[in-house]
Amino acid sequence: MATAAAHQTARAEADGTADEAARTAAYEAVFDAAVAADERIEPRDWMPDAYRSTLVRQIAQHAHSEIIGMQPEANWITRAPSLRRKAILMAKVQDEAGHGLYLYSAAETLGTSRDELLDKLHHGRQKYSSIFNYPTLTWADVGAIGWLVDGAAITNQVPLCRCSYGPYARAMVRICKEESFHQRQGYELLLALSRGTPEQHEMAQDAVNRWWWPSLMMFGPPDDESAHSAQSMAWKIKRHSNDELRQRFVDICVPQAESLGLRLPDPELRWNEERGHHDFGAIDWTEFWEVLKGNGPCNEQRMAQRRQAHEEGAWVREAAAAYAGKQATGASGAGRASGAYGASGADGASETDEQADQPTGKARA
Amino acid sequence: MTTNDWPLWEVFVRSRRGLSHTHAGSLHAPDAELALRNARDLYTRRGEGVSIWVVPSTVITASSPDEKDPFFEPAGDKPYRHPTFYEIPEGVKHL
Amino acid sequence: MTVTAGSAAALALGDDALVLSHRLGEWAGKAPVLEEDVALANIALDLLGQARVLLSMAGDEDELAYLREERAFRNLQLVEQPNGDFAHTIARQLYFSTYQRLLYAELAAGDGEFAPLAAKAVKEVAYHQDHAEHWTLRLGDGTAESHERMRRACEALWRYTGEMFQPVEGVDVDWPALQGRWLASVSAVLRRATLDTPEVPRSGAWSAGAGRQGLHTEPFGRMLAEMQHLHRSHPGASW
Repeated sequence: MATAAAHQTARAEADGTADEAARTAAYEAVFDAAVAADERIEPRDWMPDAYRSTLVRQIAQHAHSEIIGMQPEANWITRAPSLRRKAILMAKVQDEAGHGLYLYSAAETLGTSRDELLDKLHHGRQKYSSIFNYPTLTWADVGAIGWLVDGAAITNQVPLCRCSYGPYARAMVRICKEESFHQRQGYELLLALSRGTPEQHEMAQDAVNRWWWPSLMMFGPPDDESAHSAQSMAWKIKRHSNDELRQRFVDICVPQAESLGLRLPDPELRWNEERGHHDFGAIDWTEFWEVLKGNGPCNEQRMAQRRQAHEEGAWVREAAAAYAGKQATGASGAGRASGAYGASGADGASETDEQADQPTGKARA
Repeated sequence: MTTNDWPLWEVFVRSRRGLSHTHAGSLHAPDAELALRNARDLYTRRGEGVSIWVVPSTVITASSPDEKDPFFEPAGDKPYRHPTFYEIPEGVKHL
Repeated sequence: MTVTAGSAAALALGDDALVLSHRLGEWAGKAPVLEEDVALANIALDLLGQARVLLSMAGDEDELAYLREERAFRNLQLVEQPNGDFAHTIARQLYFSTYQRLLYAELAAGDGEFAPLAAKAVKEVAYHQDHAEHWTLRLGDGTAESHERMRRACEALWRYTGEMFQPVEGVDVDWPALQGRWLASVSAVLRRATLDTPEVPRSGAWSAGAGRQGLHTEPFGRMLAEMQHLHRSHPGASW
């Protein structure tokens, strides 16, 4: 991996280790000043290794969440109860694939390829949001995901549009813009059910009952137990604490639930005049940690489907790479006897190997 | 596994006639033709563009952040390149 | 339901688009690479949009999609074929999008009731055909494995292509000429992809008809059961 940081390290070594510390300190001062001045850090800028690895971890987890998050909703595409809803749901699941792509691209500017990240996901070495380890049991779950899960995600993501790392912030601007319809369609879907037949209303209430608490857990552990929070706040990767964002989300949802005619499943939920916020009941963090550890209802199923899609797609990716290799070397198709494919795989290989070693810090508009 | 990684492409989109192409993001594709098509599907599905360029990421030569000072600072102290540098008596028009 | 010639044609074309869109929707989250997830969804959404316009010409779109029995659907058997591997999906796309592009180009050029829809759809379909051709080349002329998979897929689906050129009542085109152009176009793509044009028959051996007469293949009933189940479980509900 030839990152900008690695180049600089190499240069510093050539200059002698005595200078290295001084150099790093100088770079660090420039970095700190940029962050303090609310300037964006760009891919080829020097950055502390821990900043880089924190970002890769966070962006990758975010990207993985988008693509794993396609599964619970895609589960209902083939059963959507009207053609209008079917079109909306397909467009939404498609957006999630797109958002995954934007985020993997942002992570790649830090010198980690998408294949590396997918490999880590497939081997359980990187996480995705635990919320997607819950099943979508009825059509109303599609609405609850839009309203609550996307709502929580947006609450988390809007501040990320001002994240100190430029490519991540820009990806988030695009994602937030596109996601504005996701939450609204979920709300509209639930409203139609809530105002529909008694069975439909019941279906909607049941979905809200099941998704409310997991949505609150999406903001992460309480501030005093959150391992990475303080440093991320200092680096302006994160702008608000987990508990702050969770409170903001609860305050937004209470009146929205009233308009829906649905109840939020928390007997302790009430307005606190003094705080100017809603109080809410204790979150079951045991469940949170269990699901995170892999013991949620769908962890295995989600990972199995993801791995299967990747493995079953391998021959397609290989074919396209081989074809591109032949085109580049002029060895392609026409005139060759069909069936002569023995050596074709090797053509593409040398080219892509080379590319894997290219510097990944890129000019970004 | 890496032998079949598809290379990375940078995508530039012209949002309207009369505007220049601006960087929209990047994607993976095995070759230029599919890169263009993937870019169309990914970056213009809400009608964001009328023209697309795709460029292999590896062919872009970028200025280094180390060169920031010699590259860009000398341009900062030549205010006479900007029209606001010049004082014109009030009332003079079309200048 | 009394069916006029115009609405019979709208059903035939609308059911093609509806059913193929559904099949492509089954790929969501399972495509070989993320970029292709986005591409297949784009095609599915174009087709679903066309289906909604066409079915609305024949009646209420949701009643028609969700409350008809299998025998009342008028789509080609080709579009209801299960996705199979990516090669089968691409072969199905190649055969159908080439047909749809030729057909819609003719409809767009005419002054019949389908001209406005066809004028818009033909641009969408041109892209679907382009997508299918590019992938046919890459799978056919990629690796030994992809070549073999694509060859098998093209052959397996070939028998469903004859039905496409049975005249549809209310669609005024020169069907034999359409067939000639389709064969020439598809054969040329296959040749460039180092694939032979299949030599198996282009239609089934029984005379009862096929999709346009409401005779479908077994997987179609299961597809409809899944598609219609929720809607039918709540009679009269709105969504």
